[in-house]
Amino acid sequence: MAELGEGGDVHSGKGKKRGGVRAKKISTRIDMTPMVDLGFLLVTFFILTTTMQKPKAMQVVMPDKADTTKKEDESKIRESEAMTLLLGGNDKIFYYFGNQDPVVESTNFKGIRKILIEKYQSVLAIQHQNGWKENGVYVLIKPTKDSKYANLVDILDEMKISQIKSFAIVDVTQEELEMIPK
Amino acid sequence: MSKVKMPKTSVSIDMTPMVDMAFLLVTFFILTTKFRPDEPVAVSTPSSTSTATIPEKGVVTITVANDGRLFFDLDNQNSRKSLIQKMGETYGITFSVDQQNAFATGSSIGIPMGSMQNYLNLSAEDRKKVQQPGIPVDSTMNFSNELGVWLINARIAGGNPVILIKGDGQANFPAVQNVIKTLQNRKVLRFGLITSDEAMPVTASQLK
Repeated sequence: MAELGEGGDVHSGKGKKRGGVRAKKISTRIDMTPMVDLGFLLVTFFILTTTMQKPKAMQVVMPDKADTTKKEDESKIRESEAMTLLLGGNDKIFYYFGNQDPVVESTNFKGIRKILIEKYQSVLAIQHQNGWKENGVYVLIKPTKDSKYANLVDILDEMKISQIKSFAIVDVTQEELEMIPK
Repeated sequence: MSKVKMPKTSVSIDMTPMVDMAFLLVTFFILTTKFRPDEPVAVSTPSSTSTATIPEKGVVTITVANDGRLFFDLDNQNSRKSLIQKMGETYGITFSVDQQNAFATGSSIGIPMGSMQNYLNLSAEDRKKVQQPGIPVDSTMNFSNELGVWLINARIAGGNPVILIKGDGQANFPAVQNVIKTLQNRKVLRFGLITSDEAMPVTASQLK
């Protein structure tokens, strides 16, 4: 019994592991540091690669080219209700009201919002006074070839912000190009 | 004075909750992440206050790069196969099964139909390196306006998909105008412009 060095203790103790070889108690704790390192590396990777924000879409409706009924509608717009925006280069906007002998003025995308909202209000007042259909201002958006795509998106966005519902994207005419001050 | 012996405290802390959390996050990100498909050109879209989301399936994306090049994409792989077949029929080109598969697994494409077969014969690695010239577009309704033909065939193959324009903010307007004109000619009167998010300004309601 020489090899059972601790056997006597067992016997004198609870007496359960009679004569058995007691296995050495090994700690159940393992070093988790490498695992944590790896875990957070993966977290970082996925945080950086993931694209949380989904892109949004802006709905655009264009008139049918072959549709003639729309043409009649257009002619019904009164001069006092119309506003034309010419999108020029370098983020400039040229605008005029009405149709005959217009005075072209220049502004930028910061200033246009106030002008649009004021015009919308004043047209609405005229429409209310005369008992016309209260549609607010009719805006014709005419991007020139110098303008950027971002300008078009911005101005469509301004329409939404100032809650103007009647607007159209139209081709710019030669006369209007000449009206733009150099 | 006798020294007060500080009890030795263990330096190892229990990391189990931290590991739990880390792997919970890993799992979350693995499940939610959606890798962006390879795009032939990087596009930075302008921002708008629009909040309408883009449908996940059945989408045709027309990409306008900042140099005016056009790229066409239909998202469904099965539809892409019949799309390339129909494009072949229109232009009198017969695509082999390998070429069709190469097209179906691809993404946005900006190759004129004339050099499409050569492009599809390349290996997947080489295809990524190709500088794509963009899809030819003009103001006509002929076969020379390839964007219009792509559009028609995609509508047949893709079951009336939603049409979206993904333009770079710095693209010149005439490039986008050509796309819009072509859409109008082909009676696509409702389409979307892909934009990134922007907060609605407060001033609008204040001024009202």
